[in-house]
Amino acid sequence: MSATLAAPAAVGFSRIFGPRKSVNKPPEETDAKRVQFNSRLLPYLFLAPQMAIIFVFFYWPSVQAIHSSFYLEDPFGFGSTFVGLANYTDVLKSGEYLGIARFTAVFTALVTFFSLAIGLLLAVKADGVIRGNATYKTLLIWVYAIAPPVAGLMGMMMFDQHIGPLVRFAAFFGWDLKVGLDYTDTAFAMIVVSVWKQIPYNFIFFLSGLQGIPVSVREAALMDCRSGFRRFWTVILPLLAPTAFFLLIINTTYALFDTFGVIDVMVKDKAANNPITLVYKVYMDGFRGNDLGGSSAQSVILMIIVFVLTIFQFRFIERRVHYN
Amino acid sequence: MHRTKLFDHVILMMGVFFMVGPLLVALMTSSHEAADIHRNGLQILPGGHFIDTYTTVLTKQGGFTGKITGLRMMMNSLILGIGFAAGKIILSMLAAYALVYFRFRFATITFWMIFTTLLLPLEVRILPSYEVMNTLKLTNTYTGLIVPLLASATGTFYFRQFFKSIPDELLEAARIDGAGPFKFFIDVIVPLSKTMIAAIFIIMFVYGWNQYLWPTLMTTDESFFTLVRGIKQILLVWVGSNIPDYNEAFALAILAMVPPVMIVMIFQRWFIKGLTESDK
Amino acid sequence: MAAINITNVSKIYSGGVEAVKSVSIDIADGEFIVLVGPSGCGKSTLLRMVAGLEAISKGTVEIGDRVINDVEPAERDIAMVFQNYALYPHMTVYNNLAYGLKNRGTPKAEIEARVAEAARMLEIEQYLTRKPRALSGGQRQRVAMGRAIVRKPAAFLFDEPLSNLDAKLRVSMRGEIKQLQKRLGTTSLYVTHDQLEAMTLADRLVVLNGGQIEQIGRPLDVYHTPASIFVASFIGSPAMNLLRGTREGNLLHFGSQVLDLGRAAAFPGQITVGIRAEDLRIATSGEQALTLKVEYIEELGAQRLVHGMIDGKKLTASLSPEIEIDETMALTIAPERLHFFDADTGKRLDQPFAGAESGRMSAPANVIKLETAL
Repeated sequence: MSATLAAPAAVGFSRIFGPRKSVNKPPEETDAKRVQFNSRLLPYLFLAPQMAIIFVFFYWPSVQAIHSSFYLEDPFGFGSTFVGLANYTDVLKSGEYLGIARFTAVFTALVTFFSLAIGLLLAVKADGVIRGNATYKTLLIWVYAIAPPVAGLMGMMMFDQHIGPLVRFAAFFGWDLKVGLDYTDTAFAMIVVSVWKQIPYNFIFFLSGLQGIPVSVREAALMDCRSGFRRFWTVILPLLAPTAFFLLIINTTYALFDTFGVIDVMVKDKAANNPITLVYKVYMDGFRGNDLGGSSAQSVILMIIVFVLTIFQFRFIERRVHYN
Repeated sequence: MHRTKLFDHVILMMGVFFMVGPLLVALMTSSHEAADIHRNGLQILPGGHFIDTYTTVLTKQGGFTGKITGLRMMMNSLILGIGFAAGKIILSMLAAYALVYFRFRFATITFWMIFTTLLLPLEVRILPSYEVMNTLKLTNTYTGLIVPLLASATGTFYFRQFFKSIPDELLEAARIDGAGPFKFFIDVIVPLSKTMIAAIFIIMFVYGWNQYLWPTLMTTDESFFTLVRGIKQILLVWVGSNIPDYNEAFALAILAMVPPVMIVMIFQRWFIKGLTESDK
Repeated sequence: MAAINITNVSKIYSGGVEAVKSVSIDIADGEFIVLVGPSGCGKSTLLRMVAGLEAISKGTVEIGDRVINDVEPAERDIAMVFQNYALYPHMTVYNNLAYGLKNRGTPKAEIEARVAEAARMLEIEQYLTRKPRALSGGQRQRVAMGRAIVRKPAAFLFDEPLSNLDAKLRVSMRGEIKQLQKRLGTTSLYVTHDQLEAMTLADRLVVLNGGQIEQIGRPLDVYHTPASIFVASFIGSPAMNLLRGTREGNLLHFGSQVLDLGRAAAFPGQITVGIRAEDLRIATSGEQALTLKVEYIEELGAQRLVHGMIDGKKLTASLSPEIEIDETMALTIAPERLHFFDADTGKRLDQPFAGAESGRMSAPANVIKLETAL
């Protein structure tokens, strides 16, 4: 697996981490320490615990997933049959799976967009005010520490049919909000909760990005451009681009994977007429449906999506980002 | 000028209301009686049953088997949070030290093997991971709960970045001063990393405490349930009845968020520094 | 205290880049040697090979008759002062000074005595309990020096130790380093890119370029008899004027302008002529002269630098402020003050006048030694 899949990943990684150059180069050409310890045994000793855990709990399961995705497991546990790509074609031909994939894409796009937009808005405002700056900051980052399923629980209460204030609020506008029963309404609630949970993270990064812009640059912009809005678009935002780019990746990953807890609590095991994401489907098929091959094929498809996303993001988006 | 500032404050207040409102409502509602909540909806003022509710939640034997208490779940959450954070720091400091400060043959390949783990979150390989844990007979153990979560290189990455930012000359001075690899690690690297260790501990504690999917898979025995893991189960039991115990559900949610929230609040500066300076 | 002998030392990196090319320097016990050159000339690499922080690819380094090529840095009996001081930020000043001694198993009383002595010498006694971040740049510099002194090493190695200080502090620290070194009598190897620092500190300086030694010599010898065009342009401020010229008989032609050497010279037609700005003077009427078209003037107070062109080539003259400046000025120079360099190799042409008796023109012994060494 590492041979086939790690290779494209290398494209992205060398850019995130900087190339790992060989150590015996002239000092100005390398980012490794100029002087290193020479020991035959020690580095391996220090690496052993980490490597052991990675092998057992990362590489072994990952290889297993790829392996199982080509086999059909006997339902009674009597061995398995090689079926080639059948698991993949079954999954990709299934209308249900494609529907879930579509929902996942929409869900991910909306969650990423709104949590980034609101996080940025609040960060810009918090950066602009002098009074109460610290208080706002403290109050706005609380939610970072809340677990997704707990956030889901809070959402369930807020959208509860009997006691939920948001349901009453919606009813005021004539919207009969039925979270847990109506597909669209549940999706709406999931998105709201997922965005709510992610705003603090984006807020923290945007704020620290804003505070990292040198005062002299802001002052220069102040002299060159009268409109505050234009200044933001032409100077501040381009300088925030590296932060935004980093957050785009993190938020996409968050929406794809970390929202599992939110979804699990909110659909309450009644996945039938409720929106779920691809990760949740993997879990459902693997643990509820006991379809090892199908679930593994879905896992592999997800792995590929993650890789493609990473490469896409680095190849196409990073070029338009201004790094210093 | 003055008007725009006022407008900024209005937006920030709305943001604070949106972010903090639900938490406040949860806290306040948890101090009312269930029947009261059922009748009057969620509450924004404190009720008189704060202590009752929390005593019940912490000590009442709940769950399907009726043997697990809130206190026990809290204990488990602490074990997971602290165990995970400590394990992560030890493993990743050692690995990062080897990668940055040693010259050895398989450095490049080791580097890639470690950092590939950042690409594939646990969620995409849950089923095979579960199978592996079954094979190793680690389900329903603290080891099974904590150790597999350590198989991602985030911490190693943080420390590697940090070690690389330590001036080269420090190692050179130390070598001239006669410090070997162990001495340099203990005398210089560990003390220098103190802030970094604190920041990562906070981030990792919150991460460990908040784990949901993995504990859900690994623990079927309720005595190993963490607060976050137990929340759905308990929700199903309590909210399923005639007059749902909303107050207890909220109390449990509050308990599940208080420790990580407190830590993030108290160590806010370290936390933000750790998050923003190491995550890139 | 010991002599250091660097013999045919080279540094070749894995890519085949040769950063230091067969360099030999013999440093006497107690001598202060400055390695000077532009960045990338290999001076730091050479110093780091002596320190044991870089492996020596070829050649040998001896400290006090002991070949130390494969000796650990800590065992080489050296101490080093780094450009960014490299103080341990989490240790107090006292512990910074004592760390090396502790690692060596020096008895506690001895450590205390040595740290106290070094602190007194450097006047940092009142800072011993502070952390480095509570110190100013100059104080940190002293602590870094102190860390070297307490070790009582055979040699001090300095890697651009003053370049992080502001200009004024740099001058005063320069004086202190010089005095301290004289007082302790410890052999020192000092790296800098600043030619002024090199001139003022060195007993002898070593000018490096492209990994090779251009010249070794006492500061004034190097200044007055630069061994190559490179040294001529690197040492001295303002830099020596270098003009391409042609000799025909007794005459030296710079384009349309001519200088009479007064006698036949023993070098080929095409040469590079070096003229120190301060050697130029106003020509009296009737004297042969170069006509300088003045472009701009730099006032330095004690002198005045006049920049201009002669026949399309830049020339700078250092003149007394009393002299009036015209649009064009007639300048001249005594022929024995001219420096001649081979136009192709850039090497100094010595004994330019057959049978001339000019002490300043004869090469000192170390220059000859250098050429044989190369």
